[in-house]
Parts: sequence; structure tokens; C-alpha cells
Amino acid sequence: MTGADVGRVDVVAPLAVTGPVLLACLVLVIGRWAPRPVVDALALVGAAALACCGGLLVAATSPGDAVTWLGGWAPAPGTHPVGIALVADPAAGLLVLLVGTLAAGGLLFSWRYFASVEARFQALVLLFCAGMTGFVLAGDLFTMLVFFELMGAVAYALAAYKIEEPRSLQGGLTFGVVNSLGAYLALCGVGVLYARTGQLNLAFLGETLAGAPPDGPAVVGVVLVLVGWLVKAAAVPFHFWLADAHAVAPTPVCVLFSGVMAPLGVYGVARVTAVVAPGVGTLAPVLVVVGTVTAVLGTVLCVVQRNLKRLLAYSTIAHVGLFLIGAADGGSRTWLVYLAGHAGVKAALFLLVGVLLARFGSVDEIDLHGAARTGRAPDRLTGALFLLAGLALAGLPPVGAGLGKAALEESVPGVLVPVVVGVSVVTAAAVLRAGLRVFLGVGPRPERRVDPERTSGEGEEREMSGRFERVPTTMLAAPTLLLAAAVVVGTLPLVGRVGAAAGERLADGTAYRASVLGPAHEAVPVEPVAWHLSGVVTGLGTTVAAVVLALVVLLSGRVPARRRRPVRRAVGRIVLGLERLHSGHVGDYVAWLLFGAAVIGIAVAAPTLG
Amino acid sequence: MTLTAVAWTVAGWLVVVGALGIVRSRNLVQTVVALSVAQSGTYVLLIAAGFQRGATVPILGAGGAGSTPVVDPLVQALVLTDIVVSATVTALLLALTVQIAKRHGTVDPDELRALRG
Repeated sequence: MTGADVGRVDVVAPLAVTGPVLLACLVLVIGRWAPRPVVDALALVGAAALACCGGLLVAATSPGDAVTWLGGWAPAPGTHPVGIALVADPAAGLLVLLVGTLAAGGLLFSWRYFASVEARFQALVLLFCAGMTGFVLAGDLFTMLVFFELMGAVAYALAAYKIEEPRSLQGGLTFGVVNSLGAYLALCGVGVLYARTGQLNLAFLGETLAGAPPDGPAVVGVVLVLVGWLVKAAAVPFHFWLADAHAVAPTPVCVLFSGVMAPLGVYGVARVTAVVAPGVGTLAPVLVVVGTVTAVLGTVLCVVQRNLKRLLAYSTIAHVGLFLIGAADGGSRTWLVYLAGHAGVKAALFLLVGVLLARFGSVDEIDLHGAARTGRAPDRLTGALFLLAGLALAGLPPVGAGLGKAALEESVPGVLVPVVVGVSVVTAAAVLRAGLRVFLGVGPRPERRVDPERTSGEGEEREMSGRFERVPTTMLAAPTLLLAAAVVVGTLPLVGRVGAAAGERLADGTAYRASVLGPAHEAVPVEPVAWHLSGVVTGLGTTVAAVVLALVVLLSGRVPARRRRPVRRAVGRIVLGLERLHSGHVGDYVAWLLFGAAVIGIAVAAPTLG
Repeated sequence: MTLTAVAWTVAGWLVVVGALGIVRSRNLVQTVVALSVAQSGTYVLLIAAGFQRGATVPILGAGGAGSTPVVDPLVQALVLTDIVVSATVTALLLALTVQIAKRHGTVDPDELRALRG
């Protein structure tokens, strides 16, 4: 790597973490007297600049990883590091780019969204961004954990932002307790690994552990850290908090939660597994099983929701399961592209639900039957975008989500292909069903009924004063731009090339260790992720299948809440049982967390340690 | 049992007891405090990881460490960071609990029925 590149990363990487924090402070200070558009513009420019930082990092690190020792605390050769390293590689750069882009989309949307928003909201969003970029750039475990907790603490506050609404308080508290406990388990893991090796830096830690076959403390430490990251990734059985938090958080925040915060858990798992624990052979199969269960459960629960935000949240859980499968088993080249494409599409969908909430004061699919069929141009545009995003979720070429799905299908083992296809088709069908019902009034009007087992979408506090008769341009511009970004992910060959290289290097722990410990490996060229004929054909096939499935469900007049036929009764009872497990009770969720940690621990440790 | 073994056992015990406290809790204030109990387990664990018998506090004078060994100062820095994080999270969660008491009229998690399914 040339000196110029290192010099640039030396500035850009710390700036990507500290910049948003400083800007958040500035926004808070001037927010007391500056007019609202100034504050909004400042935060928006900051988020866009963060995205540019991500782009610069990707460009500068394509020849090799760049290591920055903060404060000049680089270890002398042969000594233990005391300082903190930021390690930038293309995967980290790509995720910083994604964080900046989604934050800019969310802030653009909230330009006119919150009626009485103070600068607090923008400051929290910027701090949240800093937590996420710190997490991806940190080169040692404890710094990762500190940023993990910063990201968490800000996220709890954002989830419970509407503090007058009972629901959002409950969701925020559950989110906070479950994620904090996950972070403490990860901290225990960090402590155990430190006691075993005397290292916190990922590369030094991996180097120390690589010398010997995995022993008890090493395996226990790694499993505890991974459990912490899996709680954030909302893998089953740690997923309970996600739907609650998404259903209650303000819409612009859902964009960041769903698009990048939950997938960052998968990033953490991939990073730690590759660098620290390459010798633990049972990790990958266990993660594939966890990912598969997550994908299936997320899909099943997605279909039965009537609250649109919860529907999208469960779809995110299903897709995170796919990312976990990809990261753990053969899809390392492809899953980051899928992540980027999915983020754009899912972010647009959440924002469009936000538009519905602003216009009609509800996010309930049954309530809103045909409500958006007003014939006005902005409502038509909202509907068109919503349905287009639904088709994109199913894998419609040339949108990025479809490219990622097609590439993931090619790279995972054959038995897992039905899972990938099933998640795409069924979650997209659920989105299309909701879209057709709300925007076109397709199908018989379902009877309204109070549903004790499910969260409806009524009674959600409006996020601005009064009903919006006209949708502000910024509110429609944000989802349009994000959807366009997803199309760019799918069509620009550069993205496929960078995404593939980033994913491969994320999975290559040896090269990561070499770049920190020196001498760095030369980056090897990777086959880019691109459209193949088979991918285009299956993408079109899954899109058609999703549309047909949605229409069949709608025209047969079946409401999610009703199951009449005896054949379906058994299935219905199982699904109802699954729904009842999601009780909204924080104690139940923590019990599942402990159970899941124990099962994963035993499954990983028993074969390794004999 | 050596001192280290006792410390590790106490650390594990605190984490598990704190987590079980959240599971069994009938009051959200208790839930938040139980979360803090679980976190105190991590303090004990980190301090135990850096402990050395016969070593002194890691406060070094201008003349350097001298001949007395000191316990690992790094873990103590980690614990301090951890305490700061814990204070933030606990304060935030307690504030949410106060607000829940106002809006739901209860702090019993069994009575919170706004989100399900």
C-alpha cells in the first residue's frame, strides 16, 4: 500500500467515528436557537459526509487493509499492543457507507415528519451512527464492545422516542434489557479471552489462539462474545426484542434498525469467527442451523402480522437469517451485496409505511383496506413505490436485493437454496398482499375485529401534528432515493466487484491478522458478484411466485386472523403457538436468551472439547 | 479453593442470578436492578482476570514501577468504562420505567400487554 493511502485512512477512519459525535454536540448546542431547517440540513450533511467517508475507506483499502493506531500507540515489533487500533477494510468501509446513506435517508424523511421534534432527535441519530461506525472499524474486542453499547444505549432511547405512547415505552424497555444482557454476556466472553491470552486486539488474540488446538476457556470466551453479537443480529432465540422495537420506533429510526443495525450483528459474528476462532470447526455448522431456524421462523411470523411495521420487522429477521447462513457457509462473497440491496429496499418500505401513518393515522393492514385508493397523485406514487419495493424484495432484476439473492443461491449448498427462495417469495408475498390491500383495495373487505393475540396497527401515535392532507415532497423523495440506491447496487458492476472482495476479505482472518501484525498479504482478486442468466430467470420466477401467492391469499378472502378449514387447523394451531411465545414479556425473552446461549454453547463446545 | 476460583465462581453466579432475577421479576424497577446485578458479575470477572497474588495497586510514581509487581491496570480501566456504560443504561431504563408507570399505570411486566404476537 502506498504512503498516501495510509495517510488518508489515518484521517478518515477516526473521523468516521468522532465526526458524528462532534456534530451531534454541535447540533444540540445550536438546536436551542437555530431554526429547524438549519439543524436538519446540518445533520443531513453530516450523514452524507459519513457516507462519503465510507466510500473513501472502500477506495483506499482495496489494495490492502489499513491499520490506524490511535494516538500513535503503535506497538513496537515483538511487543504486546497497549493502544487501540482502527482497522479499515472494504467490508468496514462498505458498512460505513451504508450507515451514512440510510441515516441521510432517514433524516431527509424526518425533515417534515416530526411536528415538534427538537435537535435531540438529529443528535441521537448522529450518535447512533457513531456507535455503528465505531463497531465496524474497531480492531480490538473491548472497543467493539464499547461501541456496541453506545449503539445500544442510543438505540433504546430512539426506540422509546415517543415517550407518551405506552407501546413504545414497553418496546424500548424490552429492547434495552435484552440487548444489555447480551452485551454483558459478550463482556464476560471478552474477560475470559483476556484471561486466557492477555490480548484484546483481535489480530493478536487470533494469533495467540491459533498456535494451539482450541481449549475450554478459548471456546467459552468465543461463544459468549458471539452470543452477544447474535442478540443484536436477532437470531432465534434472541430475536424477540426486534419486532417489538421496530413496531414502536419512529419510522426514520426503523430504517437504521432494520437496514444496518441488526445486520451488524452478523458482521460481528463473521469478523470474530474469521479472525479469532478459525480453529473451532463446529462454529460454522451451528451458525448455519441458527440462521436457517431464524429465516424460517421470521418468514412464518411475517405472514401472520397485520401491523405493517411488525410485518416488515419479521421479514428483516428472516433476511438476517439468510445473511447468517451466507456468512457462515460459503456465501461470504455474496452476502454483503445482498445486505446492501436488502437495506435499500427495506428502508424504502419502512418509510412508505411512515407515509401511510402520516396520511391515514394507522399502520394496520386490515384497517387500511383500500384507504389509500384516493386517486391523488402522491398516494398513487406511494402505492407504486410500495408495490415495486415488494417485487424487489422477491428478487426482481435488476434491483440489488435480487442480485444478492441470486448470488447467494449460487453460493450456498444445495439443501439451503429452498430456504433462500422460500424467504424471498413468502416475505415478499406478505408485503405485496398488504400493499395490494391498502393501495388498491384488492380482495373482499375483511371484517374488523379486536385481536387479543396480535398487535394491531391502530392507535399508533402520529409522528406529526394533525393529518397530512398533502404528503411533503421530502417524505416521498427519501424512499424514492433509497429504492434508486438499491437499483444502483444491482446494476453498477463496481458494487458487485467491491462487495465480493469485501466479503471474501471479511472471511479471511489470516490476511486480517497479517495486515495488523505485518507483513501484510497482497489482496487477491475475487470473482465479482454479477447477474447470470440463471439468476435473472430465478429472480423473475420468484417475483411471479410472490405475486401469485399474494393474489391467491387476497382473493380467497383469508384474513391473517382467520383460519376456517380443518386442514389448516393443525398448521394454524402451531402458528398460533409460535405467536403466543412472543408474549411481549421481558422475563420470557431473557429466559429464551439464557436457553439459547446454553444450547449454542453446548453445541459448539461439546464436539470441540470432546 | 483458591482465591481466583472463588472470584470466578462469584462472577458467574452474579451474572446468572441477575439474569434469573429478570426472568422472575414482578416489578420493572427490580428488573433494571437485576440487570445491574448481572453486570456486577462482569466487574468481578474482569478484576479476577487481572489479579496477581502479592501485587500492589497499579499506581506508578514518576520513578517507574520499582520492584513490586502490580495488578493488571488494563482490566481496571475496562471496569471503569463498563461502570460508565452501566450508569447510562440503568438511568435510561429507570427513566423508561417511570414513564411506563405513568402511561400503563403499572410496573408489573405481567400486566404490560401492549405488544404481542
